[in-house]
Amino acid sequence: MIDVINLEKSFGNVEVLKGITTTIDEGEKVVIIGPSGSGKSTFLRCLNCMEDPTSGSIIFEGEDLADMKVDINVHRRHIGMVFQQFNLFNNKTVLQNIMLAPVHVGVSDIRKAKRKNFFTNIGNIFRKEQRDLIKIDKTKAQVIEEARENAYILLNRIGLADKADVYPSTLSGGQKQRIAIVRALAMNPKVILFDEPTSALDPEMVGEVLDLMKQLADEGMTMVVVTHEMGFAREVGTRILFIDQGIILEENTPKEFFENPQHPRTKEFLSKVL
Amino acid sequence: MEILLNRWLSFWEKIQNPGVYGEVLKGLRNTAYIAVVGLIIGIVIGTLIAVVRVVPKYKRIARILDKICTVYVAFFRGTPMVVQLLLGYYVMLPLLNITADPLTVCVIIFGLNSGAYVSEIMRGGIMSVDIGQTEAGRALGLSYATTMKKIVVPQAVKNIIPTLGNEFITLVKETSIVSFVGALDLYKAFRNIGNSTYEYMVPYLMMAIVYIILVLIITLGIKLIERRLRRSDRRN
Repeated sequence: MIDVINLEKSFGNVEVLKGITTTIDEGEKVVIIGPSGSGKSTFLRCLNCMEDPTSGSIIFEGEDLADMKVDINVHRRHIGMVFQQFNLFNNKTVLQNIMLAPVHVGVSDIRKAKRKNFFTNIGNIFRKEQRDLIKIDKTKAQVIEEARENAYILLNRIGLADKADVYPSTLSGGQKQRIAIVRALAMNPKVILFDEPTSALDPEMVGEVLDLMKQLADEGMTMVVVTHEMGFAREVGTRILFIDQGIILEENTPKEFFENPQHPRTKEFLSKVL
Repeated sequence: MEILLNRWLSFWEKIQNPGVYGEVLKGLRNTAYIAVVGLIIGIVIGTLIAVVRVVPKYKRIARILDKICTVYVAFFRGTPMVVQLLLGYYVMLPLLNITADPLTVCVIIFGLNSGAYVSEIMRGGIMSVDIGQTEAGRALGLSYATTMKKIVVPQAVKNIIPTLGNEFITLVKETSIVSFVGALDLYKAFRNIGNSTYEYMVPYLMMAIVYIILVLIITLGIKLIERRLRRSDRRN
């Protein structure tokens, strides 16, 4: 699903990623662990080009996202992202947070299709072979209504439907993060990237977020997770990447990784965190 | 004190003349018109410039626009507004061969001038919004422009309302220079009263009071707007 080929990233003179090659298949739950400053967050942020790779390729659905000519916004719709600091839109209510992107994308698609049809129609006057128009099967109001229904389904799922009309500033960290996760889900992404989703939470709220993530994993969502939660990595992950100094030092199934680490650096790291 | 009272009485008699208070009202209207429309133009221009200046400079077009904006801001902040007014009215109009009444020229110059100041205010506002907000918008597949429009700029505007109020008050007071190009404003109206009686004390005093009242009203208005925009905050 995502092929990462020789990915390198530098900030100025600092080389953060020094050639990472890996493949993330559909349905996989890849957990990335490593010491701080190892480049694991940078790697994750390169996957949807939040950071533009310095060199290398990221092939998502046959297109290279690292190529500046690719319309990254179209691909980002299919790659959800959850941040350490939640990053809910502070000026929008919970419901608006979830609806914003689906509505905007849906409405602008309709607008684009209409514009294209307009020119096709004009062109068709002069063409012998008539070109087909793009079908528009929804109105703007329908898009909005669908997004609203979907948002309520998602909110009900996490039990926060009663918070639909409040602003994020009144919510707890765990609630914010769960809403951030369903906001990503509202776009029906093919893969979700989690950037240390529980690191900014109070210990007692970590559980509710991890539970939601486990549910997603059970439903077969493809996930790439940067985390310090070793328990989660062991339980949910299908593959562990251990990144240090900008390269993948070790890559294995959770069972093998935790019980039988190969690399001395991995052993050292695990002895500290476990 | 007696002098003041006598002069007040003669001023009072004078101002009851419809022609005279009509002129004051017209001056007041022009002052408000120039300041309000000027500020609106300023906010539009300022926001555009601010966005251009914070946009990542990957593309050549972004760098060129950035340079143009730098020159623009340097010019409008670097010369007095009177000079800009005079340049606009006595240089640009004849050069471009346009006829326009002084009031229109004033509104445009005030808008352009305030655009330069608002751009810096707005830039500060945009930079005060957490970068995570932009990242969250972009990660959902929204374009840079949409993210700015729907998420960052609304939050930035909320943060800069007090400073923007300052700018508005400055604009209201700066309108007192428009008589340089022959437009009628509060100052001109009161000066005309003085000119007709050779008695300036009371008209100028009254002028100061009118300005203060105007500014107080604006201050109140800003407070109301701020309170409304702070709904999504916890600090009310």
